[in-house]
Amino acid sequence: MTPRLTITDATVSYNRVPAVHHLSVTLNSHSLVALVGPNGAGKTTLLKAIAGLVPMETGKVVVHGGNRKNAIAYVPQREAVDWDFPITVRGLAEMGRYPSLGLWRKFGAEDDRIVEESLHVTELEAFADRQIKALSGGQQQRAFLARAWAQQAEIYLLDEPFTGLDRNAQEAFSGALQKLRESGKLIIASHHDLKSVPELFDHVLLINGELVASGPTSDTFTNANIEKTFAMKIFSGSEPHHHHHHEPHQA
Amino acid sequence: MNLFELFQYEFMQRALVACVLIGFTNGFIGAFVVLRRLALMADALSHSLLPGLAIAAMLVGLSTAGLLLGGLLAAFFVAIGGHLIARSSRVKDETAIASLYIIAFALGVAIIKFAHVKVSLDHFLFGNILGIANSDLWTSFAVSAIVLLCLVILHRPLLLALFEPSVAKTQGVAVDWLLGLIIVLIVLTMVSSLQAVGVLLSLGLMVLPAATIYLLSDSYSKMSWCGGLLGASGAVAGLILSYWTNIPSGPAIIMVLGTVFLAAYLFSPKYGIIIRHLKARHLHEESLSRWDEERH
Repeated sequence: MTPRLTITDATVSYNRVPAVHHLSVTLNSHSLVALVGPNGAGKTTLLKAIAGLVPMETGKVVVHGGNRKNAIAYVPQREAVDWDFPITVRGLAEMGRYPSLGLWRKFGAEDDRIVEESLHVTELEAFADRQIKALSGGQQQRAFLARAWAQQAEIYLLDEPFTGLDRNAQEAFSGALQKLRESGKLIIASHHDLKSVPELFDHVLLINGELVASGPTSDTFTNANIEKTFAMKIFSGSEPHHHHHHEPHQA
Repeated sequence: MNLFELFQYEFMQRALVACVLIGFTNGFIGAFVVLRRLALMADALSHSLLPGLAIAAMLVGLSTAGLLLGGLLAAFFVAIGGHLIARSSRVKDETAIASLYIIAFALGVAIIKFAHVKVSLDHFLFGNILGIANSDLWTSFAVSAIVLLCLVILHRPLLLALFEPSVAKTQGVAVDWLLGLIIVLIVLTMVSSLQAVGVLLSLGLMVLPAATIYLLSDSYSKMSWCGGLLGASGAVAGLILSYWTNIPSGPAIIMVLGTVFLAAYLFSPKYGIIIRHLKARHLHEESLSRWDEERH
């Protein structure tokens, strides 16, 4: 287990109201991390900040071993995708190769191998030529994992991936995530169903605007910590951000 | 009269070349218009060209370069202006653009009326494919080459930007520039189609073939290539139809493409409403039988 991602003093605000407040944490490779917190705790915001989708007011995100653009793959919430787009599962996985291929380089044997591998890992070979709308919810989620794999991402960011999946789909998806973890990836998924955290994740990151706790599920996902996370007055939206961030904060 | 005799006339030969060229380019870029949901935006842009064209015609006459520049500038002002109004007030994007383009259109009509320019509104909207000159063809050819080259070279980043703009941004794709470029290419295509088919027909050639292929195929690259082929063949078929029936060429081309579109809407093997109706019943039966099995 080596450190893969270090977040230092991350603050993200919308109109000066902070959604994520001075959050620092280090996460390792070979981890399947549940990002847990009440509504408005800044889970989506934190994922987006790591992906570089929203600007950070303070702090930084460091990816160890790999440049940030290719190392991080953000899997959007299902509602955010145009499922009618004329693209198949294989086409989606192939899209994952585009950033490293650039404008001109032809799809080579190695690219084909990686795409096939991505379909294999996510168990989507049988659905490779299906248009993405003609998939079940769990398969759709896995199709985006396949693209992330084809991108050869090391860090997978998922926003409520288990929402709306039935028992079977949840198991299949969890299986795919376990495979990613075993091959050394760091997976961070926001998750709101507290009951299923221990069976699905080996690490928890409890936040409520600020960091509450981070560690292995077995000793961090305790009643005391959960209570602390959900009882805290939610930071976001409650008050404007009073202090200023012109100088970097000292830890 | 058979086809061979028909294309003995030089003006028909030129019209044929124009149909293939303009039909293909408009059909090709149409994929981006449909996938980016720009059809109404393109409609707005098509009308906003008028004042630019009128002023250009006033200043430098009916030279194609002048018209291209004037049209581009007018469309640019409407697109950027609409964006600025939407950002600085509570008026939303589509309202802002609609307001500006209709103002621009009225202004254009007024300028044409009082500047005694030799551009008629009919010509602007529908063009005159039988009266097209060699110089117009060369302009169309040059613009088509630029447009197709840009779209082919940039097809990978364009796909990323069209499918998921926000994710594409994190991958280093210059999404805003690419989407801006699509708008510029749409306007260029429209202005270069102006002499032959007018802006309304240009819009039809952009939207109808792409919408048809969208109903037939699950491949992004097929949408542009097949859209181009359908646009070109539909335009040629419309031209021949117009010769035989005396319907003006513009409406004839749209009627051909419109028929193909409606046919795809009804009969597409995958996304046609008829097959979807049948399929829905089939799935329903399947789940019923599964439910039966589970009960026993």
